[in-house]
Amino acid sequence: MTKITTENLHLHYGENHALRGINMLIRPNKITALIGPSGCGKSTYLKTLNRMNDTVPGVAITGSVLLDGEDIYGSTVDVTKLRKKVGMVFQSPNPFPMSIYDNVAYGLKIHGIKKRLLMDEIVERSLRGAAIWDEVKDRLKTPALALSGGQQQRLCIARTLAVSPEVILMDEPTSALDPISTMKIEELMSELAKQYTVVIVTHNMQQAARISDYTAFFLLGEMIEYDETQQIFASPKDPRTENYITGRFG
Amino acid sequence: MSNSITGKRKRPGDILLYGVIGLFTAAVFAMTVYFVVYIFSKGLRGLSLAFLTTAPNPIIGTLGILPSIINTAYIILLTLVFAVPIGVGGAVYINEYAKSRKLIRVIEFTTETLSGIPSIIFGVFGNVFFCVFLNLKVSLLSGALTLTIMVLPTIIRTAQEALKAVPVSYREGAAGLGASKWTMIRTILLPNASGGIITAVVLSVGRIVGESAALLLVAGGSAMYLPRGSFFQQIQSSGSTLAVELYRYAYSRGENEVGFAIAALLLIIVIGLNLAVKLIGKRINRGAK
Ligand SMILES: Nc1ncnc2c1ncn2[C@@H]1O[C@H](COP(=O)(O)OP(=O)(O)OP(=O)(O)O)[C@@H](O)[C@H]1O
Ligand SMILES: [Mg+2]
Repeated sequence: MTKITTENLHLHYGENHALRGINMLIRPNKITALIGPSGCGKSTYLKTLNRMNDTVPGVAITGSVLLDGEDIYGSTVDVTKLRKKVGMVFQSPNPFPMSIYDNVAYGLKIHGIKKRLLMDEIVERSLRGAAIWDEVKDRLKTPALALSGGQQQRLCIARTLAVSPEVILMDEPTSALDPISTMKIEELMSELAKQYTVVIVTHNMQQAARISDYTAFFLLGEMIEYDETQQIFASPKDPRTENYITGRFG
Repeated sequence: MSNSITGKRKRPGDILLYGVIGLFTAAVFAMTVYFVVYIFSKGLRGLSLAFLTTAPNPIIGTLGILPSIINTAYIILLTLVFAVPIGVGGAVYINEYAKSRKLIRVIEFTTETLSGIPSIIFGVFGNVFFCVFLNLKVSLLSGALTLTIMVLPTIIRTAQEALKAVPVSYREGAAGLGASKWTMIRTILLPNASGGIITAVVLSVGRIVGESAALLLVAGGSAMYLPRGSFFQQIQSSGSTLAVELYRYAYSRGENEVGFAIAALLLIIVIGLNLAVKLIGKRINRGAK
């Protein structure tokens, strides 16, 4: 069973060969962690999964990315629908300068949901899903930018949940947060994996070990090793993986 | 030498510099206040209700500036109707759609150059192009079209800056939720840039209200009668705005009472516009928090 299949994926930023033939099967309803030293292409890979790289000038992508068996780079693909299905949470929380409610409702509005009652319901469900409902339920109309960083990030997760994605991509979602907020988001991720397929980039080895089911190790644009997280951390097959995990380089 | 961090000293050079700066600031402030008080003291008493709400009547010998107030309103309205959509649309195009760097640079160079040209040159051009070539005659419409060209650079540049100031992370957030480019522009970029755009519009209104030389050539130099006929007939007839009237009264007739009254009215409008810009800035800042 696979949710996303990447086959021989190459990506060039102009002269820079940033992804060098990635083959990977991402399982549904699991958390897959991407680890590796800075600049190895983790974010780049993540972005190819919902085509956020498309607009970068000079980018060239070959190979294929299949979502439920459909090539997301196919000529008939509607990127809008793709991104609704494959949502993204960014490294630093980026709520819009609107109210908490409007942030979550934004995705609904742009996808044509206008009925007030339905919207209220989805907003509440999404905020609950992102474990932030109790903290904001009394101030849904207040500006989202007044929330703490950790709350903002959970709000951004809620915003993503609202458009009912199937896959959630998270690029270092806790790197800008304090330990307690981080813990909350980690708990949330395990909860999310029951319903969604989660792919997360992290620099934090403990985090990868704690929360993910599968881990992929990237190095210089290549995927070196990919296995069950336990396997990767207990007995990596490639010495480079071992060196990285044990902190000998990177 | 003591190791304490206390013992702050002012250097004599600094004191002198602060003194000079303070003096200049005070002088500029005093001059502004004097200027405003002077205009108001001479002009306010002329601003009677009758003066503001009637047309001049040479038969009974009364004066009134209602026609030029209406002309001014028409020209502001028409100019904004032309300039805002074109300016904001142009800025969106340059920032979001134009692919060729070269084209962008040509447009930016042109807008910058245009904004430095003396207004009388726009007047000469407008007269030749709109009034004569397009046969729109000397009219409010020609005036508005000429002013459109004049304020367009400001609106484009300011709107561009405002669009650029919208953080990339908002765009990414919208794109990540599946917003198409146009949806993102409509729902994220334009609302977030609206403060800058409104400021540009208000400043343009200031420019329109204050313009005299160019309008004299393209829109007309007299405001004896209230505009007549349908809206389209009205905007196709000639007429002078407040600033042009002021120019005429102050220069050719020497009726200084009237001149000062109009000056006071213009000053009130300009001060009002500046306060509006301030208020908008404040509201926008508060909204972002
Ligand atoms: N928009 C871009 N344009 C050009 N080159 C880029 C762009 N984004 C990334 N790169 C390059 O691609 C390579 C991979 O970058 P990427 O951001 O994917 O690394 P990363 O593994 O996410 O690193 P980090 O852990 O620091 O976030 C780097 O060499 C980087 O300089
Ligand atoms: Mg990265």
